[in-house]
Amino acid sequence: MTGFRGDTRLLFARVLVLALTTAPAFALGASARQASVPAVAAQPAASRPSSSSPVLRWGGDSEGGAPFVEADPANPAILRGFDVEVAAIIAEGLGRSPQFVQVAWSSIDASVQRGDFDIGMSGVEDTPARRAQLTVTIPYFEFREVLTVRRVDAGKYRTLADLRGRRVGTLGGTQAYELLLAAGRTDGFVAVSYDDDVHPYTDLADGRVDAVLLDHIIAARAQRRIAGLFTEPKEVAVGHYVAVLAPGREALRDRIDNILRQAMRDGRLERVYRTWSIWDDGQAAFLRTAGTAAPPSNGADSARDAAPPQGQLAATIRYLPAVLRAAVISIVLSCLSMALAVFVGVLVASGRLYGRRWLRLALTAYVEVTRGTPVLLQLFVIYYGMSSVIRLPAFVAAWIGLGLNYAAYESEIYRGALLAVPVGQLEAARTLGLTEAQVLRLIRGPQAFRLALAPMTNDFVALLKDSSLVSVITVIELTKQTQIFAANVGSWVLPGALCAALYLAMSLPLSRLARHLEKSWKLPQS
Amino acid sequence: MLSIANLRLSRGSQAVLRDVDLDVRRGERVALMGLSGGGKTTVLRAICALEPFESGRLDVGGFALRPGPLPRESQLRGLRRLVGMVFQFHHLFAHLTVLENVSLAQVHALGAPRHEADARSRAWLESLGVGARCGARPSELSGGEAQRVAIARAMSMDPPLLLMDEPTASLDPARRGELAATLVSLTSAGRTLLVATHDVPFAQSLANRVVVLADGRVVEDGRPDDVLVRPTHPATRALLQGNGK
Repeated sequence: MTGFRGDTRLLFARVLVLALTTAPAFALGASARQASVPAVAAQPAASRPSSSSPVLRWGGDSEGGAPFVEADPANPAILRGFDVEVAAIIAEGLGRSPQFVQVAWSSIDASVQRGDFDIGMSGVEDTPARRAQLTVTIPYFEFREVLTVRRVDAGKYRTLADLRGRRVGTLGGTQAYELLLAAGRTDGFVAVSYDDDVHPYTDLADGRVDAVLLDHIIAARAQRRIAGLFTEPKEVAVGHYVAVLAPGREALRDRIDNILRQAMRDGRLERVYRTWSIWDDGQAAFLRTAGTAAPPSNGADSARDAAPPQGQLAATIRYLPAVLRAAVISIVLSCLSMALAVFVGVLVASGRLYGRRWLRLALTAYVEVTRGTPVLLQLFVIYYGMSSVIRLPAFVAAWIGLGLNYAAYESEIYRGALLAVPVGQLEAARTLGLTEAQVLRLIRGPQAFRLALAPMTNDFVALLKDSSLVSVITVIELTKQTQIFAANVGSWVLPGALCAALYLAMSLPLSRLARHLEKSWKLPQS
Repeated sequence: MLSIANLRLSRGSQAVLRDVDLDVRRGERVALMGLSGGGKTTVLRAICALEPFESGRLDVGGFALRPGPLPRESQLRGLRRLVGMVFQFHHLFAHLTVLENVSLAQVHALGAPRHEADARSRAWLESLGVGARCGARPSELSGGEAQRVAIARAMSMDPPLLLMDEPTASLDPARRGELAATLVSLTSAGRTLLVATHDVPFAQSLANRVVVLADGRVVEDGRPDDVLVRPTHPATRALLQGNGK
């Protein structure tokens, strides 16, 4: 398991925003980790493949950070982390040099399948779907899904069953999320999906969620960063990290399995885990048996019980209600956001044309700042950055974020349309005794609206698709639900097709309606 | 009804009106004539408070406009009740029907009930020969029809002073005579008419006074039979030559 997930195009904005919104937490965490993790003396040259020996290309996500994979703060060109060292052990056993390939965590499966690298490993969980789709090694690390709560709630929420009516956060597309979805239906709590494994804990501290279920090593890291958290010692479930290979690479997988077994027996894995302070009695017991036991074929642990084995079609049927619910969220959010964008856009455009100088300057600044910064950044700032001032619910933050962002674009459309109404008509209206407000309402506005209709429709369809960005602030809309669905079934084919069909089903009627309106409200050419 | 004294108006460094003096009495039909660029339209726009002027005095039926920036529209309500304007290019509201164009200001500026405004609008449109076009959009009208709708729109507000800018520009000669007769009948009840035109026959058939502007100044002012028959200023002579006289 790792930190940020999702589209790599969003990487920059996410890093920037996280730096802004969680800088204190990172600073605390970094210092705590540096105090507890001794420097690795012989760092594997994961990012510096030898030119003389063949390479083992391994894919992982360095955004996940320590203890998985992170750029060395002293030299960002060098990677470090226990996954980096395990990859180095595998490469050494194969007589190759490790070469790191950066890939978004959610894309590791798809990338290894299409041959971007030989093995993928970066907190990759052992799941039945993964085993059905890919060639999977024996597990090399056992993690415990643990429940973290605010220290004041330590006695109150000890198990998931204690959280009825509450919100429980986790990283989306993981075993923990599947487990929460399944348990939430019976125990009556709400599972909240995050795109990273940092914000569930900051939101826990802020009171937006009441508990977080994640891997124990991530929980331990969060506790070092954020004061006032408490992790229940008893795990909710157990899971394993594995390395994945493309289908048909069983021969290489078997060699890797042997290398891992040998590393378990001769203590090299133990040394790695001790180095990264993730060694404990449970891990010792796991390594004693894992080196000799046959790899689990299907759902050998309790976490996997949350995702029963099934074919893609069965999975599709199981996920369909959730996907349809997510589609409803997408369309409702888009409609509400567009309504806000139109309302604010009209006010901004009118203010820029009719307002006093200070108002015009302020509104111009709003438009330029909003258009000049990524909507993702704005969503982060509204949801996380402003949480110390006002703690907005995720859906409201998404509505305001998208609405205000699109309002800036809409205002420019309306301003252009208002300016396009012939001045002569405005003068004629004034000479007839209409007030400026009446001129705007009766003459200028209606004609401008007709001119703006086509670009507005275009924006609405764009907004419908941009609504997928709000998953970064825990709103599960269609794209995010599809991502979760795809991660669960280990394929994007059916989930992707279903998602595309739903977006089309929502956007095509909009386009048709817009064409109809454009036709019936078309401004006559005089 | 209208009193203009020493009116000066510039656009940038270009002086458009230089010391215009003009007094118009109630019931007069004045043709404001001159070659293109002489300042006719600008005088009308200044009277309507669509353009600010730098110096001079401008009084419309007791409503005084001052030099400097234009007043806010809310301060011009008195003026708007006194002056109606028919623009050269009509400027009908493109999204409204002919009837809506004429009724709109009656309802929203005068507060007339919609049915009364519509009845009044229909009457004006009928009297101007475009009653059958009530449901048409401006884009569906000919130039002459649009001209008459624009007149109906201005007249429906019952302004004591009606300004018209080149009303014959989009009319054929037969229609010009017709329009002149219509305007004469419109002013029979004491209404004052100030028409900017360079159409000499139209001015002769309409006006009881002709004022010629040249280079932003009034250069001739008198009865049509005098000014247009025995011109004294080169600009008037050029205007008459341009009209084939």
